[in-house]
Amino acid sequence: MTVLQKKTDNPIEHLTPEDIELIGKELDDIRQSVIDTRGEDDARYIRKVIDVHRKIELGSRAVLLASGFAPAFVVGTIGLSVAKILENMEIGHNILHGQWDWMRDPKIHSTTWEWDMASPADQWKHSHNELHHTYTNVVGKDNDLGYGIMRVDEDQPWQPFHLGQPLWSFINACFFEYGIAAYDLELAGTIAKKRTGDPEFRARAKAVLRKIGKQVRKDYVIHPLLSGPNFLPTLAANFTANLVRNLWSNSVILCGHFPEGVETFEKKSIEGETRGEWYLRQMLGSANISGSKAMHILTGNLSHQIEHHLFPDLPSNRYAEIAPRIRDLFDRYGLNYHTAPLPQQVGSAWHKIIRLSLPNGWLELTNRRNLLPQLAVLYKMTTGSPKVRRTLQRKLTAGVRLSRAAAAA
Amino acid sequence: MRFAELATTPLLPADYLDMVNPLRAGADLRGRIVAVHPETRDAATLVIRPGADWQPHVPGQWVRIGVDVDGVRMWRAYSLTSHLDRPDGCIAVTVKAIPDGKVSNHLVHRTRPGTLVHLDQATGEFVLPSPVPGKALFVTAGSGITPVMGILRNHTGLTDVVVVHSAPTADDVVFGAELRELAAAGRIRLVEQHTDTAGMLDAAAIADLVPDLAERATWACGPVGMLEALEEHWDAAGIADRLFTERFRPTVLVAGEGGTVTFTRTGTSLEADGATPILDAAEEAGVLMPSGCRMGICFGCVLPLREGAVRDLRNGEVTTAAPGDGVLVQTCISAAAGACDIDH
Ligand SMILES: Cc1cc2nc3c(=O)[nH]c(=O)nc-3n(C[C@H](O)[C@H](O)[C@H](O)COP(=O)(O)OP(=O)(O)OC[C@H]3O[C@@H](n4cnc5c(N)ncnc54)[C@H](O)[C@@H]3O)c2cc1C
Ligand code: FES
Repeated sequence: MTVLQKKTDNPIEHLTPEDIELIGKELDDIRQSVIDTRGEDDARYIRKVIDVHRKIELGSRAVLLASGFAPAFVVGTIGLSVAKILENMEIGHNILHGQWDWMRDPKIHSTTWEWDMASPADQWKHSHNELHHTYTNVVGKDNDLGYGIMRVDEDQPWQPFHLGQPLWSFINACFFEYGIAAYDLELAGTIAKKRTGDPEFRARAKAVLRKIGKQVRKDYVIHPLLSGPNFLPTLAANFTANLVRNLWSNSVILCGHFPEGVETFEKKSIEGETRGEWYLRQMLGSANISGSKAMHILTGNLSHQIEHHLFPDLPSNRYAEIAPRIRDLFDRYGLNYHTAPLPQQVGSAWHKIIRLSLPNGWLELTNRRNLLPQLAVLYKMTTGSPKVRRTLQRKLTAGVRLSRAAAAA
Repeated sequence: MRFAELATTPLLPADYLDMVNPLRAGADLRGRIVAVHPETRDAATLVIRPGADWQPHVPGQWVRIGVDVDGVRMWRAYSLTSHLDRPDGCIAVTVKAIPDGKVSNHLVHRTRPGTLVHLDQATGEFVLPSPVPGKALFVTAGSGITPVMGILRNHTGLTDVVVVHSAPTADDVVFGAELRELAAAGRIRLVEQHTDTAGMLDAAAIADLVPDLAERATWACGPVGMLEALEEHWDAAGIADRLFTERFRPTVLVAGEGGTVTFTRTGTSLEADGATPILDAAEEAGVLMPSGCRMGICFGCVLPLREGAVRDLRNGEVTTAAPGDGVLVQTCISAAAGACDIDH
């Protein structure tokens, strides 16, 4: 991936500024058409999802009281995993976006909602709604691009420690909720800047710890205790449900902006950005997941990531309805509406994580026959001086050019 | 309970209990509509079973009802019309649909039994003193009969009562049959004015109809114009202290320039014109606002103005706050008069 502005085959070259503003106008109209028809059915939908979530959660927790009995353990764990996924994705994420604020129900409102998640709602709202949704896919601005721990772009120079990126990406996926909490807290940056003594930071850190304390106590102490002799199986069930939920939400989020083909943008490119240009960045910087209705609900309709990024505050149940209109708009303006089934998008995202953990071009040039010499190159790049690294990188880049030319011929 | 909270966090035990019994003691106050009785072509009585924590009201008082109209929670005030000693413990309000009225039309025409509504405890000063006056006069028009009906039904000890009521036609008189029965039984003297044919009653005409007016304690409820005319007349007669009025909506006098309203805590900013109460503008923008009567009498909507200026829509008075101030303003009758920061 290379920021869009540096690409030789820039996918928006054919658009005039007027085209871009027309796209913006059409999108504004689509948005208004949903706002004008928001009503009772939508309200009924979110209340229903909340009700279903609570019933599944209560049911699963009740079943887990007998978690020493294997079938109960299995059923309860699956139920709790589904409940936690629903709660975080279709309910929590979307309520915290303000998608349901128009209902004026104080119990379903972005300013009052708290979720089953390590990160306190208000901190997440700041880093997600204000930063990520504003600076979507702008390298150096949108920290969601790699969460500050990954190399996400060919333009970032490769360093030996990037070799570990697949491993810690996986660890991050398993403990995703804590990763998010640390990230919302800007923990890494604050430590790097030696600002951990700031009273403002300490207050936020305290809030996170308090929230984590409550979450951990509930899942790993109170409910296991309620299970009496089944303390350990219930604890294991809660741990598993959190793990499943973490892996699931991490996968969905990777699919949203990380598959191959999703564009990133230069920092400079967003200076003085018009509304049309902002829309265009959201269109090109997001990817959808195709699938069944159940799948859309379990992803919190982030399977409609493109629609969500265009209109983050429209009720999630309406994304499916406007998707064909959005797709038609992409087609008419010759843009790539990026959508694929979940396994494909997850595979593509992980392929990219692995590719970028290696020097540019290395994976592309490596095959079974040249594996040993290629590993030797990688070894030298890993252990050698920056100069050695630069020289070898130049060779790799030249190699890629040659092999592509040969393939084209 | 504390333990239950540890088990349900981040939700509350109440969130789960509400799924089973939203009317239980300790829950947010709600009610379930058990019956809708049409009264006239555009008015209906809603019988509501209130939650366990409901406290009996004083006849003449009103209750705030929150109802979801097209999925949006809206609150309005309605006078209680029910008998206090109903065996089923239910309460009732009577709503008249006004043209283009969002909540009133929904309640009168589209509400079905079984609907859950949100309630506040009853409140209001439009009540009889104790002991009740020997001679009383009630002057009402349109839906203004509702608090008076609440009073008549419950204060059977009132013996010398005159009711002067105006409505477009005989059929439009809310509680028409019951009022006429009371009159026939001699409990009240009823003067019906059908304004479509007979025109409006002015204060002087009422004085003619009720010669012993000065001896009576008077309660009046109806359109703003009627109440103002009565107040003037009673004032001129030197008996202003014997007139008690209830308004259903504020008298909006003035509007000026609007401005940007910023809610400092929620971080929401919106453009409000000079004629729209800040309460309405903020709700429209999705901000959760405290509110009450929505017409400037209950102070349920008061918030601190940290900086800027607001205009009282009833009299044009401008209230300003310097940075850091916390001047309390009623958002339901205040519009922006320039940029203002509100602490909410
Ligand atoms: C203390 C109190 C007691 C009340 N008791 C009753 C009662 O017992 N029965 C009852 O029917 N109503 C009563 N009301 C009025 C009620 O609260 C609502 O204002 C009314 O139902 C209109 O609401 P809406 O949502 O239908 O109209 P909205 O959608 O809010 O308003 C639509 C339009 O009608 C105008 N309007 C608002 N209110 C009135 C009005 N009262 N008359 C004429 N035009 C109006 C508005 O300015 C607007 O232009 C009471 C109000 C108060 C403050
Ligand atoms: S809501 Fe009652 S005074 Fe404003």
